[in-house]
Amino acid sequence: MDMDSFELGDLANPRCYTEPLDIGGCDPVLLRAQLRMMLLIRRVEEKIGDMLAAQKIPTPCHLGIGQEAIAVGVSEYLRPTDRVFGAHRSHAHFLALGGEVTALMAEILGRDAGCSRGMGGSMHLWGGSVGFFGSVPIVAGTVPLAVGAALAAKKDGESAVAVVYLGDGAAEEGSIHESLNLAAVWKLPVLFVCENNLFSSHMHISLRQPSNRVARYAEAHCIQAATVDGNDLVVVSRTSDDMVAAMRDGGGPRFLEVVTYRWRGHVGYREDNDVGVNRSTDLTLWKRRDPIRRLVDALTMAGGWDNHAFHAMDEAVKTEVEKAWQQAETAPYPPASALLDRVYAERH
Amino acid sequence: MQSGIDMARVNYGSAIREAFVYLLDRYPKVFVIGQGLWAKWYVGNSMTDLDKFYGTERIMDSPVSELACTGAAVGASLCGYRPIVVHPRMDFMLYAMDAIVNQAAKWSHMVGGQAHPAVTIRGIINRGGEQGAQHSQALHAWFAHIPGLRVVMPATPQDARDLLIASVLCDDPVLYLDDRWLYELEEDLPPVVECPLEQEGSRVVSRGDDVTLVGAGYSAWLCREAAAALQQRSISAEVIDLRVLNPLDVSTVIQSVEKTGRLCVVDGSWSSCGLAGEVIARVSETLSPRKLLGAPVRITLPDAPAPTSGFLEKLYYPTLDTIMETVARLVIREGVHAKAVD
Ligand SMILES: Cc1ncc(C[n+]2csc(CCOP(=O)(O)OP(=O)(O)O)c2C)c(N)n1
Repeated sequence: MDMDSFELGDLANPRCYTEPLDIGGCDPVLLRAQLRMMLLIRRVEEKIGDMLAAQKIPTPCHLGIGQEAIAVGVSEYLRPTDRVFGAHRSHAHFLALGGEVTALMAEILGRDAGCSRGMGGSMHLWGGSVGFFGSVPIVAGTVPLAVGAALAAKKDGESAVAVVYLGDGAAEEGSIHESLNLAAVWKLPVLFVCENNLFSSHMHISLRQPSNRVARYAEAHCIQAATVDGNDLVVVSRTSDDMVAAMRDGGGPRFLEVVTYRWRGHVGYREDNDVGVNRSTDLTLWKRRDPIRRLVDALTMAGGWDNHAFHAMDEAVKTEVEKAWQQAETAPYPPASALLDRVYAERH
Repeated sequence: MQSGIDMARVNYGSAIREAFVYLLDRYPKVFVIGQGLWAKWYVGNSMTDLDKFYGTERIMDSPVSELACTGAAVGASLCGYRPIVVHPRMDFMLYAMDAIVNQAAKWSHMVGGQAHPAVTIRGIINRGGEQGAQHSQALHAWFAHIPGLRVVMPATPQDARDLLIASVLCDDPVLYLDDRWLYELEEDLPPVVECPLEQEGSRVVSRGDDVTLVGAGYSAWLCREAAAALQQRSISAEVIDLRVLNPLDVSTVIQSVEKTGRLCVVDGSWSSCGLAGEVIARVSETLSPRKLLGAPVRITLPDAPAPTSGFLEKLYYPTLDTIMETVARLVIREGVHAKAVD
């Protein structure tokens, strides 16, 4: 048994992979659009963090600051007819598909204008029109659902695919392993995207699993897998593009493990809320593997892009975020009748 | 310091911790598995630093694997250990249903009473704070439905401590369900006296003549508060804390309703096929309708999952006011207690 293939190696070492991205052969226009989306996600989550700190948001929020490249890279080649599922840390998954910032903010504030009509909050997002089929906080809860969405797509004979984001912690739930097997044996078009940020709340992966490369589970189920730097937008985009294309062609499931790190605590706005775990040294190092900075540096080195351009983009994004927050804050709550009216499907 | 017994002031959360300390100190076969046991915020103050005192081999923080952890605890219990599995929220525990319902609950009966899984499964009820549908459930009635499972729900710091000890020392699988909304509740506790769980049951916690209020866990606390407030409106309520939901003993309730003629059951879960309905059914089966001055009532959650929006949450959970109004209506409607109207 080759145990090396069970380990992440340098991918888990924050001193590696800090250089500007290799953007050779990429479309600069697309890259800038992707940069803007990453920046939008970051500023939205920073705003949410600030509002959590100011106690303006009561609902628990899990921020994915530092992990933006994954959702942006994976979403690039998805279509609105695809079916994407998230988990508890899914703001980015929703936004990267084109989910509206105001709808996200309003949802987090429990307003009727929210993407789940104020019934779900940060942990239960829905965005049918952009192909976001739902996110939930029960760890691994959506993984078998995505397998079912892929089954439906296959029955329909469509080229649609299902995508599900899961964490390294989620890989410890039994249903993941059942899901991998089903997807493999029925050759279903589902992409498992494992955001391996090395932590499940306060627990480092070394305390929870015998080795740290989660894709080994997929390989054991005969699913083609790749483990890549999750803070490299270019690599994430290319790998998921290849995988999704193969799935659309009837190639069966794929497993994409993206190695990353979250900058904030497990839940809430603080960096240091993972009580019992001293992450501060690692966090400082991981911030040097910032997916946004590495793309900005690459664009700058390539020319036609500079600090000025970046700041102009950033200001526009911040204005958009502020506007969305203000709109959300003044939006009304769901009516009291929503409590009972939304339990079952309405009869028409 | 009554009657020379040393009393110590604790809250509900630290009372649970005292039970762990008591058990881990005295019973080497006790160990604990669960998520968040090495963190400070998962289970409130109920297990603080136990890993530091008893070591990580006895206080095992676990991967996110509810089913395997619970099943493993059941297995270890069949080999002489007394494991406690901790689920920081009941909702997460649903992944462990097979280990609890098919395995632990059935084992003794299935093997002719020759082996008993002496496992304690601690599920924490934690709701409110805009946590939403999957982080708010109180599913005690489900488990109380299952023969073979003992189900306990402590409403006071003393019960939080003593019922946990009794659960772990019991030879049967026990579901111990504590409630985060009670963690701040304080009480002076006497030293521990071990008491077999088999002998524990419902208890009258305050006397009254006009109406019988029944609850378990947080609902029992609500009932006590309501009784105190109702006194000011000259309504005298008798309060019964069920404490043990399976096997369920309603003899105290029946005796009480025989006296008051009125029954109001409060439950922080849903109505359908629930605990409140079960209590009312058993009273109705036993008492002649002539003893009742009014139809029994239940106060429960609306038939909907927990909403997230704080605005809807306020409408969702029964409060002291809900109970006061319901009881006042029950007492006044029947015209017996005219002085209740002020
Ligand atoms: C079934 C279940 N068990 C436990 C939890 C508590 N919990 C919420 S998120 C989380 C960590 C999950 O880690 P991972 O899947 O790696 O995702 P990450 O938080 O790193 O994004 C845990 C244990 C839960 N919500 N659901």
